[in-house]
Amino acid sequence: MDVLLLSRIQFAFTIAFHYIYPPLSIGLSVILVALEAMFLATKNPVYQILSKFWTKIFALTFAIGVATGIVMEFEFGTNWAVYSKYVGDVFGSALAAEGIFAFFLESGFLAVLVFGWDKVSKEMHFFAALMVCLGAHFSAVWIVVANSWQQTPAGFHIVGEGMHARAEITDFWAMVFNPSSMDRLSHTLMGCWQAGAFFVLSVGAYYLLKNKHVQFAKISMKVGLALAVVASILQLVTGHQSAVGVSRNQPAKLAAFEGHYETGPAALHLFGWVDEQKENVRWGVGIPGLLSMLVHGNPSEPVTGLNEFEKRDRPPANFVFQTFHGMIAIGIGLILLSLTGLFFWRRGTLFSHRGILKIFVLSVLGPQIANQLGWFSAEVGRQPWVVYQLLRTSEGLTKSLVESQVWFSLILFSVIYVMLFILFLFLLDQNIKQGPAEEEQIEERHYA
Amino acid sequence: MLPNIQPDLNLIWFIGVGILFTGYAILDGFDLGVGALHLLTKTDEERRLMINSIGPVWDGNEVWLVTGGGALFAAFPVVYAAVFSGFYTAFYLLLFALIFRAIAIEFRSKQPMKWWRNLWDASFSVSSIFSSFLIGIVLANIAWGVPLNAEQEYAGNFWGLFHPYSILVGLLTISLFMMHGAIYVVMKTEGDLQKKISSWINKTIIFFIICYATTTMATLLYLPHMTHYFKAHPWLFGLAFLNMLAIANIPREITHGHEFRAFLSSCAAVVMLMAIFGLGMFPNLVVSNPHAEYSLTLYNAASSQKTLRIMLYVALLGLPLVLAYTVAVYWIFRGKVKLDKSSY
Repeated sequence: MDVLLLSRIQFAFTIAFHYIYPPLSIGLSVILVALEAMFLATKNPVYQILSKFWTKIFALTFAIGVATGIVMEFEFGTNWAVYSKYVGDVFGSALAAEGIFAFFLESGFLAVLVFGWDKVSKEMHFFAALMVCLGAHFSAVWIVVANSWQQTPAGFHIVGEGMHARAEITDFWAMVFNPSSMDRLSHTLMGCWQAGAFFVLSVGAYYLLKNKHVQFAKISMKVGLALAVVASILQLVTGHQSAVGVSRNQPAKLAAFEGHYETGPAALHLFGWVDEQKENVRWGVGIPGLLSMLVHGNPSEPVTGLNEFEKRDRPPANFVFQTFHGMIAIGIGLILLSLTGLFFWRRGTLFSHRGILKIFVLSVLGPQIANQLGWFSAEVGRQPWVVYQLLRTSEGLTKSLVESQVWFSLILFSVIYVMLFILFLFLLDQNIKQGPAEEEQIEERHYA
Repeated sequence: MLPNIQPDLNLIWFIGVGILFTGYAILDGFDLGVGALHLLTKTDEERRLMINSIGPVWDGNEVWLVTGGGALFAAFPVVYAAVFSGFYTAFYLLLFALIFRAIAIEFRSKQPMKWWRNLWDASFSVSSIFSSFLIGIVLANIAWGVPLNAEQEYAGNFWGLFHPYSILVGLLTISLFMMHGAIYVVMKTEGDLQKKISSWINKTIIFFIICYATTTMATLLYLPHMTHYFKAHPWLFGLAFLNMLAIANIPREITHGHEFRAFLSSCAAVVMLMAIFGLGMFPNLVVSNPHAEYSLTLYNAASSQKTLRIMLYVALLGLPLVLAYTVAVYWIFRGKVKLDKSSY
């Protein structure tokens, strides 16, 4: 294998692994703010015990998120030195802003959140939860801005030539509000909220099935379901806006989403298999004209096909098609599931219907898989470019890199991350089995 | 007419990146030092006190490294690209060590088994020592010089990073953090553990002085370029003198029970060392050896003036906030560490 492929595999592996954690912690931070707010409003200690329980799990995901996140910052420089020099001037400022505004805020107040229960007032503790939540969201802002700039570069000009060419910033705000950043940010954040919401729902449903910690489970499920309904429905809106944006800014990616080769009215597939040699979709079932309808508001309006692009400028269509459709299928499933949950809640049978509880236990995987698939289709759909239509991924590679070096780091990452993942699941399992503090104690205190 | 003052943004960011890495050395320095001393304590309670003395602050401290790296990427992308790709294997080992430290702190006290805790104790200590050592190796090599080419890249050979001078600086870094960490633990603990660590402080100071004196001699002999700026501005030699005064002040404050002042002296020593290193390097960020003309300086390796200016605004806006809540967090967790339910 060559250095380029190995480096791409390493980047994909390390970023995909990292991305298990930030969505969970961003989503959980919203839940924590809600629980602490309810504690402040009602003074009912149940909410505080519940906050303590979820804070522990939040801290665990956060710690692994930080440890695997530093890797990403290093990896730009180690494997993608030419890319780093090319983009440094433009989104260096975004990354620096992330460090200054997001990470310090998050890690500083996290200390108060986790260790400060007896050291600060409950109002201050709520404030700390709010700041951690804000910091978590800020970090998403800056990193998605930087990534969106790679999808739809704006506010820059190119200086120098050949090996020394680089993008220099001309307009900071045009860079921040580049054509895709706000659509993609909202889409990403809703994915994070879904990850947190369904995680909480899953644990709550598990307790109810086991008939343990019933009171806590019910509150968790209610808070989780409320967030799940809001995020899942908004996800439809942000997803639609992102797709319209892609059709405008990255037509090759949109065409790959649907395996659309000939420019003309385009169908939206339910499923299919893109044959990249024959340039068509096999075994495809789709609704003719629906893609044209969705992006242009008119079923007969032509959509640019992949044939408009030279073969060397096309993304691998089938991979992008499958990941994109996988994401959509799960997204729709999550909307249906959260609405079904709402229906059972209103009928008063949400907590007793074992069938729906079992589905909710498994639902934690839904947003996780959809988040991964969505990012895979977004990033692979941008190929062969690392900065869209400016710098090819192959050109961004470190020139001096040697195959053995990348094998070394890739193998070590594989070993360490597998170990880390097993440890994470093990401790998560322990935390969940142990559950929140004993209920009888609180009830006693509550009634005393 | 008023003189037209144009701030030298490159110089500001040379200092800015220096401040961020100095912040990292002061803050995560004592975390790494606590880790280095960890296995010398014996009972489970002592070890939990060691870990919990840095418990609420260590990951905030690590953010200084992340932000320093981010600022280097933004202000001097050419340096970031050359150093991170050139020191490929060394940086990944540093990363793995930092990951191991994080998970060791996080996971150690989650299980009661003796083998489990011993395993993570060893992991915590070894990864802390190894991280400190690698930081020293990297700093030594950018001062010693690496074979940069005209493309501003450097084909890194991992074993080439290890030579007597770099190993010496690696040991110096370990000794500095050990001294700094020991003083921090004395400040954060009480009773027997405090007495025990207190008795180690003089030993760590001696270890540090030996490493420091040897490194200084080696630098004067083999790295004459590190002395140019001091020769041109002799008054800067005062920094080395102040550094010695700060170190000499530590045992004095400890004897008088002024633990916080001893800790401040140790912080001052770290600041002086970083300042001496920065001034020695100036105006280089990475020295090229053998082709000195390829050295990366604060002018030939920087981002555009516009980016440096935007970053300055970001920093001026953000830094007061960062300092405010860093101080707030340290204030909330002031005093002696006590084990409770939320401890590690």
